[in-house]
Amino acid sequence: MNVITDHLGEFGDGLLLTVELTLLALAGALATGIAVAAMRVSPVRVLRAAGMAYVEVLQNIPLLVWLVIAVFGLPEIGVIAGLFTTSVIVIALYQGAYTAEAIRSGINAVPAGQGEAARALGLTFVQSLRLVVLPQALRTVVQPLGNIAIMTLMNTALAAAVGVVELTAAANRVNLAEAQPIWIFVTAGLAYMALSAVFGLVTGGLERKLAILR
Amino acid sequence: MSSSRLLFDEPGPRARRRIRIATALTLLGGAVLVALALRQFGENGQLGADRWRPYGTWPMWGYLLEGLRSTLYAAAVSIVLATAAGVALALGRLSPARWLRVPSAAYVEIVRTVPALLLVYIVLFALPKYGLDLPLFWKLVVPLSVSNAAAFAEIFRAGIRSVERGQLEAGLALGLTRGRAMRLVVLPQAARRVLPSLVSQSAGLLKDTSLGYVVSYAELLYSGKVLANYNHLLIQTYLVIALIYLVINASLAKLARTLEARQRTRPSRAVREAAPAARP
Repeated sequence: MNVITDHLGEFGDGLLLTVELTLLALAGALATGIAVAAMRVSPVRVLRAAGMAYVEVLQNIPLLVWLVIAVFGLPEIGVIAGLFTTSVIVIALYQGAYTAEAIRSGINAVPAGQGEAARALGLTFVQSLRLVVLPQALRTVVQPLGNIAIMTLMNTALAAAVGVVELTAAANRVNLAEAQPIWIFVTAGLAYMALSAVFGLVTGGLERKLAILR
Repeated sequence: MSSSRLLFDEPGPRARRRIRIATALTLLGGAVLVALALRQFGENGQLGADRWRPYGTWPMWGYLLEGLRSTLYAAAVSIVLATAAGVALALGRLSPARWLRVPSAAYVEIVRTVPALLLVYIVLFALPKYGLDLPLFWKLVVPLSVSNAAAFAEIFRAGIRSVERGQLEAGLALGLTRGRAMRLVVLPQAARRVLPSLVSQSAGLLKDTSLGYVVSYAELLYSGKVLANYNHLLIQTYLVIALIYLVINASLAKLARTLEARQRTRPSRAVREAAPAARP
């Protein structure tokens, strides 16, 4: 057990980095997801096609491939950014595709009468989306978005493979220094479980708060 | 698309003009992006014919396709193992016996919230210290199967629960034991209903095999790493690899959608709502 207390600093730093990665990537994913979902329901055919292509391309290529391309490939064409920044952006764009799909299913669940009513009031496409449809759509997809949050947390671990010392990489480093893998990996696993549980609680709370009584 | 009807009517003359303007702006923006990308490639000498010609030759492709073969093989073995474990766990979670229910539920809930890479590190760096040094192939397949078994279990559980209770009861009324009624009556129907979810989860598992990059198992991504070290065509190699993944996974996604559309004729909404979306 000493092995954990001896390396509390490294675990703490790793945990902090994991939380930062996850929260920043989630914020980015939500923004990307709303934008792409809006494109996919817009009256402009080219935008619809672009939104669909975005989702297909991002979802069908493994995140690790994206990370490797961004971290090792982009410098080759003169695009250089910090490791942490690059990881956040890549994870945000990748999860953004999943978020877009979740939000689109929420938009589809909004009763057609709501959109018609918004248009009857003379609201433009952007206004009816922003003021009438999206607020309702986002409320219905709290649960799927919670799942995406947990998926994002799991995926931040992949940043370890390109050199970000988040929780998984920190655990691995401590393990290479000390020969007590059981304690070290169990601790890391428990930390991930605890973070997931927090996301679950937040999601559940939000859902109760935002539930629409129809 | 039903959703597209939600937010706009049949456009009139003014709306049509606005749509045309928006289309033009979108295309312009896309063209600017492509131009910028090409400029970055060009300025850094990545557009030269000699940087791309190798990918018009067989040896490079041959090497990558060999990697693809390993990817598909690792994915296939993992899918079989994860499916078997998933069915067992789903039956365990739905069993009347507590001693089966609790551990099955615990397994699923725990594994779902532990990153696959952490499992890979455990197999790579922890198990050997306890005298369990798996062959290379299994260092990738075991963690993949362990982590995907939880996802498959949830899919099967949703499927089994979507089969009407009367089916099981009818089986019992015929004098079948609970186990046989499950095996002969409920499971075949559940399996058919969850097929689309299984296909999309399998596509997710196929993406997970890219962890071979960490394990040094020569699947597609690791083969690319080796190849790029050899020919120094880093960005070209990874773009080709991304393209291969895209083609394969897009086909799987299309298959899942086709299967789902075919099932619409016999709706099983419970499955679609209860089954979790495919993980990455």
